[in-house]
Amino acid sequence: MDPMEEIKATFFQECDELLADLESGLLEMEAGATDPETVNAVFRAVHSVKGGAGAFGLDTLVRFAHVFETTLDAVRNQTLEADAAVVRVMLRSADRLSDHITAAKAGEDLGEEGDQALIQELQAFLGDVEDDTAGDDMPDFGFKPMLISLGDDPAPLELAPVANGPWEIILRPQAALYRNGNDPAVLLRELAMLGQTTVTLDDSGVPDLNDLDAQGAYLCWTVSMPGTVEEDRIREVFEFADFDCDLTIRRSAGEGANEIVEAPLPVLAVEEAPAVPEPLADAPVEGEAFSLDAILAMARDAAAATELTGDVPAPQADVSDVSQAPAPQGSAVEASPPASAPPRAASEASTGSSATPTQQTIRVDLDRVDRLIDLVGELVINQAMLAQKVLEEGAAPSGSVALGLDDLEQLTREIQDSVMAIRAQPVKSVFQRMPRLVREVAGMTGKSVRLVTEGENTEVDKTVIERLSDPLTHMIRNAIDHGLETPEQRREAGKPEEGTIRLAALHRSGRIVIEISDDGKGIDRTRVKAIAVERGLIDADATLTDEEIDNLIFAPGFSTASTISDISGRGVGMDVVKRSIQALGGRITITSTPGKGSLFTLSLPLTLAVLDGMVVTVGDQTLVVPITVIVETLQPKASDIRGLGPEGTVLAVRGSHVPMVDVGQALKFPSQGNARAGVTLLVESELGGLIALRVDAIQGQRQVVIKSLEQNYRQVSGIAAATILGDGRVALILDVDGLVATRRPAVAPQQPLAQAS
Amino acid sequence: MSMTVLTVDDSPTMRRMLRMALEKASFNVVQADDGVQGLEVLADSTPDVVITDINMPNLDGFGFIEAVRADGRYTGMPILVLSTESSMDKKKRARDAGATGWIVKPFDPEKLVDAVRRVSA
Amino acid sequence: MTQDNDKTHELIAFRIGAQQFCVDIRAVREIRGWAMATPLPQAPTWVKGVINLRGTVLPIIDLGARLGFGATEPSQRHVIIVARIGDKTVGLLVEAVSDILTVGSESIQPAPDVSCEAVRCFVKGVIAQEADMISLVSLDGILPEAELREAA
Repeated sequence: MDPMEEIKATFFQECDELLADLESGLLEMEAGATDPETVNAVFRAVHSVKGGAGAFGLDTLVRFAHVFETTLDAVRNQTLEADAAVVRVMLRSADRLSDHITAAKAGEDLGEEGDQALIQELQAFLGDVEDDTAGDDMPDFGFKPMLISLGDDPAPLELAPVANGPWEIILRPQAALYRNGNDPAVLLRELAMLGQTTVTLDDSGVPDLNDLDAQGAYLCWTVSMPGTVEEDRIREVFEFADFDCDLTIRRSAGEGANEIVEAPLPVLAVEEAPAVPEPLADAPVEGEAFSLDAILAMARDAAAATELTGDVPAPQADVSDVSQAPAPQGSAVEASPPASAPPRAASEASTGSSATPTQQTIRVDLDRVDRLIDLVGELVINQAMLAQKVLEEGAAPSGSVALGLDDLEQLTREIQDSVMAIRAQPVKSVFQRMPRLVREVAGMTGKSVRLVTEGENTEVDKTVIERLSDPLTHMIRNAIDHGLETPEQRREAGKPEEGTIRLAALHRSGRIVIEISDDGKGIDRTRVKAIAVERGLIDADATLTDEEIDNLIFAPGFSTASTISDISGRGVGMDVVKRSIQALGGRITITSTPGKGSLFTLSLPLTLAVLDGMVVTVGDQTLVVPITVIVETLQPKASDIRGLGPEGTVLAVRGSHVPMVDVGQALKFPSQGNARAGVTLLVESELGGLIALRVDAIQGQRQVVIKSLEQNYRQVSGIAAATILGDGRVALILDVDGLVATRRPAVAPQQPLAQAS
Repeated sequence: MSMTVLTVDDSPTMRRMLRMALEKASFNVVQADDGVQGLEVLADSTPDVVITDINMPNLDGFGFIEAVRADGRYTGMPILVLSTESSMDKKKRARDAGATGWIVKPFDPEKLVDAVRRVSA
Repeated sequence: MTQDNDKTHELIAFRIGAQQFCVDIRAVREIRGWAMATPLPQAPTWVKGVINLRGTVLPIIDLGARLGFGATEPSQRHVIIVARIGDKTVGLLVEAVSDILTVGSESIQPAPDVSCEAVRCFVKGVIAQEADMISLVSLDGILPEAELREAA
């Protein structure tokens, strides 16, 4: 990849993190947090987005971020109080910023029209508050030349407009100049780049050796330059140094000998100049006797100002390696006070209690992690193959070789778990997107909603997290749109007007469980049943348990909204949610209490790289059925298997009839045994209905590493993926829904599988 | 021997850009995520030049520069500030803390390298 | 096939039945012995199934069947040429590899126009070699997505 593109990718990745920080910080502020840490973190997030965006020329984004940042800066400086109204606008601004970034990611630009309202609101808060950055021009965009203290390119002499007398520049450095890493030699060289210079050194200020401070500054230079050089150019050279030296820049000849002691900076806006403290105010007036005491006093002031130490900063100054530099080194040792605080201590002193230990992390390319996971998967398979071979060749099962292999197996499993843990991430990243969604949906439906999240730090595989976002979004929309009542209805029902949506994550028996609950009206079962009958999903006279009725909302084509609303509409229903959860190897269940609300529970595997499977035999092939879909295994009596139509077969299970699929036939594998022999797996299919899968034999339960079939081949309907078994051969993993679909060509359109009784 | 530059910036994007620009100019680059880490890295790597951001968690650029200047071992070490801000107030604070120069983000890689060369000359 | 006349090509030659074929060595990753493949449902007849190549699931294409010779009954003397086609890695089931040739572009003649569809699609040139003729197979069309989908 082009390095700039790579950096851009890093930038967008960083943006995602910054936006998450921004939102969570703002939410903390909404909850009343006013501590500088939180406010600073929020400010920094916007600031960093702006900084990066500038580098990529994302002008619209930068402009918006700049206004946002300015308002945040006012909060940070405590000139603006972050009350509820301010935070609300900021939350919306964060959403807008996020939209800008999303657009930029796609190489688009949202344009500025959409920003205007927010910009006005943000600026309105500032009111009389002085814009701290008002003196700045808007930052330059793209790779514009930077402003740097040490001057710019050599000035083209012929362009210099003023033709008065030659310049005389008197430079008398103070001790601080050396300490701060500036060097008169560099300054003089910079001047020389502007034009012909004549330099005179005045060393009359150097005291006797005994009085000499190694850190002191005793020299003075006078530089003459042609009057054609632009004054601004000269000042630029000293932009950063002029606080630390006595500087005089004047025309040495002619009536225009306009002496300027104070040096305004070229980047300064004129109107702001008076606000800046007179830089040289406390520096000795030019020409005044330059005493060592004064220098030491200044040095002390500077040190005291840092609040780090009262001592004069330590002096192992190596300034003397510059030829013109002042202090002869001889007396340095005697004259110098001992070295002061080491940097670590200093940092602690300056940050005080606010310094929190940062967690040590590294960023690793996902590809590398996946490669490692692959290799460990290989290791697991190889270990299994080795164990099998050793046993086949007659090693004693309790002998030292077999025991050693057991240990190896244990170790490999542990390595596998640890490697999988690298891909694990807190669900926070997806949970953090939900507050915005809740705000938007609440706004659209006119409902008042509070979102409570729990267990944000629960970890699960990155891919699971990524694929959770859509189902969660949909379920939360549904919960607000269909679950919660309007404020009026809630008041009438004796509930608080504000409804609560709770989103929680937890680990339970090797899986992650996500709960989405609301305190709304619960499922209206009479209505759900009526709709199901109307849509032909169930018979009018079917007797269903409450649970069965609740589960009807997962049936395809079911939607309780009488009008397709903007929010949960667009033809996407809970069936899609259920299918996407199942595609992740998960399950979804619902419990609902009328008047009290509903609870959706998702249970998902912690990783998509391995799967708990039932290894079965079909003909001479070995297949794997995901454990999650298996309800139970049966060894049916021949009399329980009944024909239905010319080819159909159903299995009688406790009084109801379940469609039966012969896996061998469905996959067109030569199957031994007849349809009436073998074993049956009762599995749950797409519609929540049961299907009986007939296989020849069950070999056992095993965790298998999932291998892509598409990587080198293509998708195969009825097959979810492949794996490699202990004997080194490839086995296919069944996709139950796909298998049912292949078995049911266009003949039977969407017939309900539910409740054949 | 090539020079070592320490960059202190909490933004991974900026760190990558700085690394790219500086390494292209054959500098050794060491990096830190914030002021606190900056001080640690500084002690380990004794760079020739430091480039630091201002707005950073844990210890911001001003605090970082002050801490560096308070330590005698680094007297005279050039410290360039790299910030999106360019207000007089902030520049003054940086100078008071002991910064050597100020570069405005976004930066032109060539000018950055140029600046590093100049202050370290 | 390339038109650069002064270029030389390294080719791997192998047999299918009585005829000789070759492929550009740059596409070839390795050559390995035959291993039992796991059959795939809904696969075209020329897809033998998949094998485990150090953890990667590798589809095996019966090149003879693909070129219209009828299905190969794999045995110990058959080999799998592991080749990269586009972004996919596949195994080509052929009889033992016979030779590695280095030929100049000028020795590759355009394939004579024959009626056989498979030959027209896959044979991009012929090379006269002593008393024999070797057909240069282009792998580009061997695994077309469309064809696989159609076959499904």
